Amino acid sequence: MIKIVKRDQPSRAIFFFTPVLAIFLTLVAGGLIFFILGFKPFEALKFFFIVPIADKYGFSELLLKATPLCLIAIGLSFCFKSNNWNIGAEGQLTFGAIVSGGVALLFYEQEGFYILPIVILAGAIGGMLYASIPAILKTYFNTNEILVSLMLVYVSKLILDYLVVGPWSNPEGFNFPETRQFSDSAKLPLLFEGLRIHAGIFLALAAVVISWFVFYKTYLGFQMKVSGFSLKTAKYAGYKGKKMIVLVFLISGACAGLAGVGEITGPIGQLHREISPDYGFTAIIVAFLGRLHPVGIIFASLVVAITYLGAETAQIFMQIPKYTGQVFQGMILFFLLASDYLLFFKIKFIGSKK
Amino acid sequence: MIIDINFIGLIIASIMASAVPLILASCGELITERSGVLNLGVEGMMIIGAISGFALMTVTGSLIIAIFGAMLAGVLISTIFAFLTQTLITNHVATGLALTIFGIGISAMIGKNFVGIPGKEFPVLFEGLKDTIPLLGPILFGHSIVFYFAFALPFITSYFLKKTKIGLIVRAVGDSPESASNQGINVRLVRYACILYGGAMSGLAGAYLSMIYTPQWIENMTGGRGWIALALVVFSTWNPIKILIGAMIFGGLTIIQFHMQAIGVRIPVQFLTALPYIVTIIVLVVISRDSRKIRLSTPSSLGKSFHKDN
Repeated sequence: MIKIVKRDQPSRAIFFFTPVLAIFLTLVAGGLIFFILGFKPFEALKFFFIVPIADKYGFSELLLKATPLCLIAIGLSFCFKSNNWNIGAEGQLTFGAIVSGGVALLFYEQEGFYILPIVILAGAIGGMLYASIPAILKTYFNTNEILVSLMLVYVSKLILDYLVVGPWSNPEGFNFPETRQFSDSAKLPLLFEGLRIHAGIFLALAAVVISWFVFYKTYLGFQMKVSGFSLKTAKYAGYKGKKMIVLVFLISGACAGLAGVGEITGPIGQLHREISPDYGFTAIIVAFLGRLHPVGIIFASLVVAITYLGAETAQIFMQIPKYTGQVFQGMILFFLLASDYLLFFKIKFIGSKK
Repeated sequence: MIIDINFIGLIIASIMASAVPLILASCGELITERSGVLNLGVEGMMIIGAISGFALMTVTGSLIIAIFGAMLAGVLISTIFAFLTQTLITNHVATGLALTIFGIGISAMIGKNFVGIPGKEFPVLFEGLKDTIPLLGPILFGHSIVFYFAFALPFITSYFLKKTKIGLIVRAVGDSPESASNQGINVRLVRYACILYGGAMSGLAGAYLSMIYTPQWIENMTGGRGWIALALVVFSTWNPIKILIGAMIFGGLTIIQFHMQAIGVRIPVQFLTALPYIVTIIVLVVISRDSRKIRLSTPSSLGKSFHKDN
């Protein structure tokens, strides 16, 4: 017989074990889906998860995709830890890219060491500005941040579309919806000859270190944790709730903005319509899979980045539709949330013999 | 200049047509939220409904199978949400997001083989009466059955919540699950039912888009309507009749943008497309500013998990 018993305390070991369990269950379910679609499950999974990262180039691509995911997820973990549901990181990424792209275009055909830092800073500020909208509306007008931040995603993409088609489009570009290429001084340097991985990865690593420090070594981190557990307790303790809400949104907006900068000054080198394959949404999954812990987020971003690469590889080699990536991402989150049940409940097998 | 009065009637009818999916999805979500469950997966359930309806119509050729199949698909996908949030007690927000991401992915995967296939004509009712009454004729007649259902739904929903026993139970579960449970009501069962009902309505809303409104399958064709439907529920302060007003405003914004372009108003098209999203934000701010009013009308246990042993 099986009996379900409530645990006295959430199990810490299981807290870090369930993400692994979730990934395993996703692979099983994914294999099943491939089987239903008429593919050999093991071969498909191999093309999805192993082939893409089997060589040097593939590994560089993995880091390239993991970089924005990690950056955004770190930012989001500030929000999620303190019970703020910023789900519009995609919009903050886009707006950050717009602002930094605009600055980069100002320096068109100019060179100088000072250009790149200005461009990067502009992106962070752009992301912060955009994230401040839901934050301020939440704190001062009591407006639901989920819906506002999400609506702003659509708005940001339309602003970008307007700019690259209209005023910012390349005058010599034959009406393609794209801007001029940025000058070399406005681009992030590549780390290795022939590979696309760029210096943006250091931004992500810096974010990991800083967030670890803030979470576990500062008063702000403690306040965030308490507010996450219970808003009432936080109020009772006299924390300045409004200030903190705005602050976590700004941090998360800055991170998303930086991710946008990384994309346009890294692999893309200009602004065009599709600067992000929904990194801002996928990073939500990364944040949860990484348990809102900086180190966990590094691992989670690598795992989830594979779904992007795998989807591309599987499409080329097996004609598996590329949206399978999103299906996998949704499943990971489902299984993760489901296996959290084990945190609070124990499943006991009670034998029939005495 | 003589303005043809029937032309105005046609514009109003087209605004109503674009309000239909919003009304359907919002009324479904309203019931779900009234039972205390916040399902952010409306966009995902809607897109699943859209592809299921279109695919079933293409494969079976039957419009009835397609419409009910789309609703069933909405029910099935929302069962995942119900199982996770009610049985495994997961966080409503995160689970709803997962549902949306999963739904968009799965729909695109299934829809790959249906891109570019033309849709079927959906039969309309009372076509012959259209020209009998000026202005009102085009507004009242010549629409699909789903259209009429959508405009009746807010009234049905309102009656259900206010006047029926089951409606009272739903509200009781949403406002105070503890007392409802003490009265012997199976809170979990009621919430399961409300979630599945919301799924069915979202599925129908999606099917309306892909089968009647723009009869074809395009990836991501819901284009944020699921999220606007969620915003409409807040806008309505959980009152179904007000959903009707909100949906008409948003329908109007969508239609006006086409006409402004047609007249040649020199506003960038992107700005006009962004208008419904921007207006949603403004409306949310105006509605939510009065925190007392929001608190009074929000189902008290909205988004909070309920577990009997607690």
